[in-house]
Amino acid sequence: MGWIGETMDSIKSLQIRQVLTQAVSLGMIVTSALIIWKALMCITGSESPVVVVLSGSMEPGFKRGDILFLHMSKDPIRAGEIVVFNVDGREIPIVHRVIKVHERQDTGEVDVLTKGDNNYGDDRLLYAHGQLWLQRHHIMGRAVGFLPYVGWVTIIMTEKPIIKILIEREPLQIARVLSVDVETFRADCNIMSS
Amino acid sequence: MHSFGYRANALITLGVTVLALMCAMASLSDNLNSPTPSAQVQVLNVNWFQKQRNGNEEVSLTLNISADLQSMFTWNTKQVFVFLAAEYETPKNSLNQVSLWDGIIPSKEHAKFLIHTTNKYRFIDQGSNLQGKEFNLTLHWHVMPKTGKMFADKIVMTGYRLPEEYR
Repeated sequence: MGWIGETMDSIKSLQIRQVLTQAVSLGMIVTSALIIWKALMCITGSESPVVVVLSGSMEPGFKRGDILFLHMSKDPIRAGEIVVFNVDGREIPIVHRVIKVHERQDTGEVDVLTKGDNNYGDDRLLYAHGQLWLQRHHIMGRAVGFLPYVGWVTIIMTEKPIIKILIEREPLQIARVLSVDVETFRADCNIMSS
Repeated sequence: MHSFGYRANALITLGVTVLALMCAMASLSDNLNSPTPSAQVQVLNVNWFQKQRNGNEEVSLTLNISADLQSMFTWNTKQVFVFLAAEYETPKNSLNQVSLWDGIIPSKEHAKFLIHTTNKYRFIDQGSNLQGKEFNLTLHWHVMPKTGKMFADKIVMTGYRLPEEYR
């Protein structure tokens, strides 16, 4: 009994402050990373302002492991822009280039066809069954800048638990993972898993 | 305080920060470049011009595309993606852009070229508005940097016209 009492006393007196400090520091890191992430979402107007390239369908421009910065503005979508879009029924968004645009006179709505630079055919095979065009609401952002190789950290972290295998020349798919490096007090604001 | 973990942390943080700064400077240096591109496109032949069963018209063209984009390349340029789009207006659509051909220029040496080709992608209208249609051929290019901001520009060439009748 005395031994247990002694142990409990020592734990309480010495370590609780350190434990609390560490817990608060950890909370601060996670919160500040989240603040940065949300601020980026506000500034760029896009749901996912930074994404990682997962496949080789836009090579040699974007290779696997590159990071893309996205921005969504109200400007109309024009041919040649690299856009990120979601197809109904597919969970991971795709980043390809717009090759055809048809914009309506009256409503300003737009029909868009995309294609990966390294793919032979256009993306109609990837769209939902019977869908021939993308509309504005499918598109999440435009790629405006990029950094090479930085995304490999996130790919390595996310692909261990993922069982499905990505085949070469699959559509460019993007994993969203927020990686917070708590040991070294830095937040890599990359991607957030939803 | 001097353990391996702390030292590695300090080193990596400094390294990443310096690298990020260098990438940003490299991207900014692209703004110093003032490119002077030139391009010319000839429509050599309208191979055929048909209306499909679903009511959409399609045309096939043979083109001569020549361009000099050598001034676009800086030390921070990885490749230039260039494509030729036919742009026209119809009663239903205020703008139609149909990419006819695209290519990737990997280096400065390849940036001055003359290509003789039929259209790589099918020129299909939404409907049947193409008879006698006047259209522009616009050469767009997207400069993809080794790191940083991508930028794009174009040259608009006007005065092309499709035939009045199917062939």
